Amino acid sequence: MSDADNPSTRASIGFSEEQAQLLDIATNFCRDKSPIASVRNLIDDELGFNPAIWKEIAELGWLGIALPEEYGGIGLGLAEVVPIAEQMGRTMLATPFVSSTLAGQALLVGGSEEQKSYWLPKIVEGAVATLATCEEHADWNLENITATATLNGDAIALAGTKYLVVDAASADVILATVYYDGRSAIAIIQRKDIPEGALRREKIIDETRRSYALSLDGINVSADALFPADTVTACLKYVELTGSLLLAAESCGGAHSVIEYTVDYLKTRKQFGKIIGSYQALKHPIVDAHVAYEKARSHLYSAAYTFDQQGEGEMATRMAKAEANEAFTFAADRAIQFHGGFGFTYDCDAQLYRRRAIWGEALFGSASYHRNKLADLMF
Amino acid sequence: MTTTQTSDNGKSADTKDLEAFREQATAWFAENTPRDVDVLLPLTFMEVGTDAQFHFLRDWQNKVYEAGYLGAAWPKEFGGGGLPQAFQDLATKAMVASKAPIMLNAIGLNWTGPLLLDRGSDEEKHKYISRILSAEDIWCQGFSEPDHGSDLGNAQTKAVRDGDHYIVNGSKIWTTQGNYADYMILLARTNPEAESKYKGLSFFLSPMKGDGIKTVPIRKLTGEYGFTQTFFDDARIPANCLMGNEGEGWLIAMQTLEYERGARSGQAGGYVMTLADPEEILDLARNAKVNGKPAIEDPIIREELVALMTEARALSLNSRRDKIQPLVQDSPASLSLSSKLNSTDFYQRLNAFAISLQGTRGAYYMEDPQAHDNGLWQRGYLNSFSATIGGGTSQIQRNIIGEHVLGLPKS
Repeated sequence: MSDADNPSTRASIGFSEEQAQLLDIATNFCRDKSPIASVRNLIDDELGFNPAIWKEIAELGWLGIALPEEYGGIGLGLAEVVPIAEQMGRTMLATPFVSSTLAGQALLVGGSEEQKSYWLPKIVEGAVATLATCEEHADWNLENITATATLNGDAIALAGTKYLVVDAASADVILATVYYDGRSAIAIIQRKDIPEGALRREKIIDETRRSYALSLDGINVSADALFPADTVTACLKYVELTGSLLLAAESCGGAHSVIEYTVDYLKTRKQFGKIIGSYQALKHPIVDAHVAYEKARSHLYSAAYTFDQQGEGEMATRMAKAEANEAFTFAADRAIQFHGGFGFTYDCDAQLYRRRAIWGEALFGSASYHRNKLADLMF
Repeated sequence: MTTTQTSDNGKSADTKDLEAFREQATAWFAENTPRDVDVLLPLTFMEVGTDAQFHFLRDWQNKVYEAGYLGAAWPKEFGGGGLPQAFQDLATKAMVASKAPIMLNAIGLNWTGPLLLDRGSDEEKHKYISRILSAEDIWCQGFSEPDHGSDLGNAQTKAVRDGDHYIVNGSKIWTTQGNYADYMILLARTNPEAESKYKGLSFFLSPMKGDGIKTVPIRKLTGEYGFTQTFFDDARIPANCLMGNEGEGWLIAMQTLEYERGARSGQAGGYVMTLADPEEILDLARNAKVNGKPAIEDPIIREELVALMTEARALSLNSRRDKIQPLVQDSPASLSLSSKLNSTDFYQRLNAFAISLQGTRGAYYMEDPQAHDNGLWQRGYLNSFSATIGGGTSQIQRNIIGEHVLGLPKS
């Protein structure tokens, strides 16, 4: 019954000393900084996160974990970022951590030496960075780009609209995908480049996040603000996988938390003279949710461990994204149902998780999208 | 370079010796694994339904033992090989890799043997261990009863002390290889008045051949045999068959069940079940046609195949993550307690999906010339229920996880 030699199950998993330490620290930090009352208060806050906590995160060095030491980072990898993103998802701690990490990784993989030397140390110190990749067509394919860039004298003129630009209002730098000179390109847009009124806050399903539409019309950047042409395709693929990995981590954390939240209710609520968690109609589905979460978490840490490996990393990451989405979705869906009438109210936290699960599936590809990609990789 | 590794039984193995042993075992199985057998070979030890199957597998196990590839890590004085566990693990790997027939005496090898080595007397070890390995004594298990399938603690079969004997009355069900067995590990009630139902139970190493013991084969949903119901009608078994003391039956039975999944399982070596290889389903999808095209090009089938492969990986990743302490500290028992539910459910769905890939051929069954792979998947699917029902149904497993991992109240 050995499965070690079976190619379909030949997946690796491991956990470094650094991952273990970060998991431990992040678990406590996120629990302390993001009690549910703070999460709810921030929903009504325009900025959407607490700048003091963001400063602490920068001081802890978390923004440079996966960036090389020469740019002020710690020089570890995304494997060490995963436990942090997971715990942030678990406690719904709102910060631009995922946005900035993603943009930092995009710069690292696709930026020129000058661009990296200029921006990465700033990101490590807490400058907010984000990506602008989504468009009107709502396609997950990051190379489906209709926004444009045109050379105009010494400058480059941008046009079109980017959507779902997360944390754009607080961003010091936005990396936007544009179509330029017959190919995909990535333009670095600084805060000073963005005219008044170019950002519109979007009404999104996950109220714990902030997202904006960004009109590129009238925005000009300097000619050296484009990523080198030869890196863009590889960079966009890397962005898709990095985004998938981090959202998988957040979703695993969310699934864990919403299961705990629901189990607490099932242990205390009484109906027909019995604690409702003793009814198998509720007990068995919550067990199924838990078991699915555990499987997704195994995939997540396999993806974290193999992320940098050619081929295997992509496979493990797409599996992790698909499984984490589905596990979170099922757990949060049942959480609403099992809270009964209370579950239908705004006050019940189940809706927060369910909305986050929908957000997590809408970005960087649904389970079905990733399974189709996997099919092409596997057979 | 020579290094040593320490194995579960505390003995160190020299890497060079291990390598030599591995080559030797691989060569032996390549040469001796029977091919083109005219007996329909059982995929698991629960499917031994004909005399031809039984005799074939008994001879095969005996041959493997005589060659030194079974019980290699059990103590020499009782008939084992006395080697570090790593040697047996290599032999088992070679056996699996050569797609050799299964080891017949599953209950003896995986349950009775480890139990005797842990808590048996020297006399018991001398009497039983080597004959378990050689398959001269076949063992079966008598825990489940007709009216108490998943509720072992409620066993009602009675054993009443009468001088040098116990008189046993009652019946056991789902006795694997019951009609062939020489001995049974038997859970019976010696004290109906005990303060709890568990404390009234005792554990016996009971002979199966004797007056008052009758086995009746049970015909499975596949149409085959493999289990019996076992009836005790004033059966007299020697008092020294009692293991431990009266009242310790539940404890010993639980310890025995632990061998099934714990670190001690597979110590004797050999394997007792062949599981469908998820890769084989890909071949099936490549060869099957949907609307004139290979099924593997159909987008819906592709998605389902990926989901199954993803799940196969999760099973293997779960068992490896279970050994990474920081990644299981939130609920330490969770992964081990869910592994039976996960894997039995997965193999059931895998088999069912494989049938759905066969087009009209899905309608055939074993032995029809039109059946795909002689109805392997059809038979596998129907037999897969032995795993989702036996050893605690999937529904009982969910209760266990709900209560012991999530802390929900009893149902």
